[in-house]
Amino acid sequence: MDKIYSALTQIVGEDYVSNRPEELFTYSKDLGTSPPQFPEYVAAPRTAEEVSRIVRMANQEKVAVVPLGGGMTLAGLALPLRGGIVLDLKRMDRIIELNEKARYVVIEAGASHGKLTAHLHKHAPHLMHSEPGAPPAATIGGNLAIHGQGDLAHPYGFNSDMLNGLEVVLPTGEICRFGSCAIGCAWYTLHPLPDLGLFLGWNGSTGIITKVSLRLFPCKKFREMDIFVVEDETLIPDVLFALTHVGMAEDLVAWSSAIPPFANELHHISINITGDSKEEMEFKRRQIFDIKLSKYIRDGVGAIGAVAQPSERPQISKSADWKKGGGFEYVGSIMPVAAYPECYRRGAEISTRHDIPYTVLGRVIGAAHGMMFSWSYAFNRADDRSVQHARDALHETDDLVMELGGTIWKPAVFGQQLLMSRMDPNTLQMMKKVKTMLDPNGIMNPGNWEVA
Amino acid sequence: MALAQYKYKDDIHRCFRCGYCKFPGDWSDVTNCPAYARFRMESYSTGGRLWLIRAWVNGELQWSEHLGRIVYACAACNNCVEKCPLSFSDDIVQMVVAAKNEMVELGLLPTPVKTYLQNVQLHGNPYGLAAKRRGEWMADLAVAPYDDQEFLLFVGSEGAYDSRAQQAARALALTLQAAGLSFGVLGKEETDDGNEVELLGEDGLAEMVAQQNIQTFQKKGVRKIVTFSPHAYNAFKAIYPKYGGRFEVWHYTQLLAQLMRKGAIKPAGAEAAKITFHDPCFLGRWHNEYKAPRQVLQAIPGVQLVEMARNKKSALCCGGGAGNAVIDLLGGSPDSPARIRAREAAATGAAVLAVACPNCLTMLEDAVKVEGLEDRLAVRDIAELIRP
Ligand SMILES: Cc1cc2nc3c(=O)[nH]c(=O)nc-3n(C[C@H](O)[C@H](O)[C@H](O)COP(=O)(O)OP(=O)(O)OC[C@H]3O[C@@H](n4cnc5c(N)ncnc54)[C@H](O)[C@@H]3O)c2cc1C
Ligand code: SF4
Ligand code: SF4
Repeated sequence: MDKIYSALTQIVGEDYVSNRPEELFTYSKDLGTSPPQFPEYVAAPRTAEEVSRIVRMANQEKVAVVPLGGGMTLAGLALPLRGGIVLDLKRMDRIIELNEKARYVVIEAGASHGKLTAHLHKHAPHLMHSEPGAPPAATIGGNLAIHGQGDLAHPYGFNSDMLNGLEVVLPTGEICRFGSCAIGCAWYTLHPLPDLGLFLGWNGSTGIITKVSLRLFPCKKFREMDIFVVEDETLIPDVLFALTHVGMAEDLVAWSSAIPPFANELHHISINITGDSKEEMEFKRRQIFDIKLSKYIRDGVGAIGAVAQPSERPQISKSADWKKGGGFEYVGSIMPVAAYPECYRRGAEISTRHDIPYTVLGRVIGAAHGMMFSWSYAFNRADDRSVQHARDALHETDDLVMELGGTIWKPAVFGQQLLMSRMDPNTLQMMKKVKTMLDPNGIMNPGNWEVA
Repeated sequence: MALAQYKYKDDIHRCFRCGYCKFPGDWSDVTNCPAYARFRMESYSTGGRLWLIRAWVNGELQWSEHLGRIVYACAACNNCVEKCPLSFSDDIVQMVVAAKNEMVELGLLPTPVKTYLQNVQLHGNPYGLAAKRRGEWMADLAVAPYDDQEFLLFVGSEGAYDSRAQQAARALALTLQAAGLSFGVLGKEETDDGNEVELLGEDGLAEMVAQQNIQTFQKKGVRKIVTFSPHAYNAFKAIYPKYGGRFEVWHYTQLLAQLMRKGAIKPAGAEAAKITFHDPCFLGRWHNEYKAPRQVLQAIPGVQLVEMARNKKSALCCGGGAGNAVIDLLGGSPDSPARIRAREAAATGAAVLAVACPNCLTMLEDAVKVEGLEDRLAVRDIAELIRP
């Protein structure tokens, strides 16, 4: 029998390994426009020890290992560019500790965001984590591996800024802990050492995250979404600066889309407000609308689009079903908030060129320290031409991000190469040294963040 | 070779593989598709299955026994139909059934499926037992043959042949007798209800058994049917009208709830104080009937009904639907859905796990035994809990 297959079955059990065409096909694709990349094996480990044994074996056999969570990035980041073993981590989904007083949860990296949201809702309804707008099957580890952001990005930043500790299987198989857990304490702080930047945002190419201590934040009793609308996109940065100054919102997202037609060429700011009492809600509404937004209304350039809409967690996205096509992909970027008007205008032009209705969105990160700005392109999965249009639009958008002085968030390989081609040479060399030191055989998700 | 006639070829690409369909209503876990819960490979998830079917239909992938098993591992529990937010969601199970139709047409079937269908064809039941033994379940009972009574009690293949389900079918017959209900049975004249046959993709055979039952019902003047199994309930309500068979159909829990309201049934004390209930998919998600079985249980003096975390619309299927109680593609592991469900039932602290379906009864009782839980958790059909 195939040596690698047999080693994998010994580690995780026969039910959770496959080298059959059906699984190889399934794991060769993700939801976006990337062409298929076939693995040779798929394995679904249950513990960090199993991951570690697989990684050690992969080093001996010089075969690639690609960690996979929910597979939701759309950008092909967990497709096996050099074949090898796809490790589906979703069986590693235990919630290990919920510490309400120190406000953290220790959770296995393959657990879904949906599971964590539901667990907190049931066992600690006064606490929440920053949930990305991704489908709830997205995993905690996968989201950290790409520097995701969620619905607490405005007050607290990137999800990867919300860590108290990590357990990681290094590319050479050692299981390492970082943060207070590394000295045997509870998982309550990351500080003072070491820096986890080695593992966050690297698409799993520097190690496999197996456990995470995630900070939790107060979850208020009432929540609603209000919408403020302006016609002139150049007003958006001002409005966002005003709203972030007052600091009353939990989540701020500016968006515009050609469909539905009522939203076309209008700019909406979804403002999530939460409070523990009706008075708190009313106070926040007054601070936002009466104090900060009323002048736009008075000047006739802004209007209230909706008030007190339910704000669902997790969010349900139907973006893929435009024209019953079954697909969409977006370029995400990290941009200065001031770039919103240009991002919108140029993005709408790209969409028009490719005959795809435009959809753009900017989620505020921190006190308007930046925004995650995205351009989405829907396509029809059954129509190769439509897929190609979306792919071309995505590449043009990657170029646009560079031109506008932004940085691409969760870039596909094309975008990674664009970024690295502009990167400071010393930084690039340091990245290479880090990679080579951690992963001497180059087995971890090769092709991602690969310095030539 | 592409399959030009596949019914959903213009729609199946719409699945985004976003995985909402893996969850129960409260998003508490990705394991509410029983096939995915068992194997935890994307190929066994709803989205994975739809993408594989599409690849097979387009000729990108050849048929194999493994592909067949992935497709047939769908237990038709309807969780995905419930949770998928996209507008094609009502068709998901039918997309899978339509792929099975193609497999049947091409004679490409996993071995246990072929055996199942051949047994129904030859013997009128999936177990391969002689048709003439169909009436044995009631040998020691004085149940009248159907002869113009108000109701026909349709026991179905499970109640007629499976030794554990037979006990529950007998309890039901005794209860209905004690309630003074006017009913009769068909005995040897009954044949398989065809629900699973249709879900296994063998339309021709499903039509044949349906026509056979319809002719028998019509010849005997049957107007009202009470079914022991929710699967038969679905067949008579949703499939038989296509073939001209229109009857007033009740699941037995609905009838019991009504008889209790009228005071015709007064259950004795409970076997155990704490009881939990497992919703059968073909009563719950397929027909939105969550109340009747609970009303019956709550009418038993001394019963405290405790719910499992996943209940009603979010119940985890036992893994027995679409023939899986017999073809058993989801068994053999601690992650088999029936075993997960047995553990969930035990976690409620209930002493009895009540069911209202003979497939659930056998699946869950076996699971409770394998899990070593039989000392603290008894699996009982509702009919057994109220039998006189
Ligand atoms: C409709 C939609 C909306 C979205 N909205 C948001 C949003 O609001 N915010 C946001 O942040 N994202 C969003 N996303 C993008 C993406 O889905 C999420 O970031 C998601 O959390 C990624 O997690 P995953 O488990 O799916 O990762 P995967 O796609 O499985 O993996 C991501 C990368 O990390 C690697 N990886 C996976 N698990 C591990 C691990 N345990 N250790 C190391 N490396 C690992 C993979 O190899 C891959 O390179 C959205 C996606 C969709 C489809
Ligand atoms: S069936 Fe619906 S919910 Fe499930 S993966 Fe497909 S599109 Fe998503
Ligand atoms: S019907 Fe049930 S078993 Fe079949 S794919 Fe949907 S959720 Fe899974």
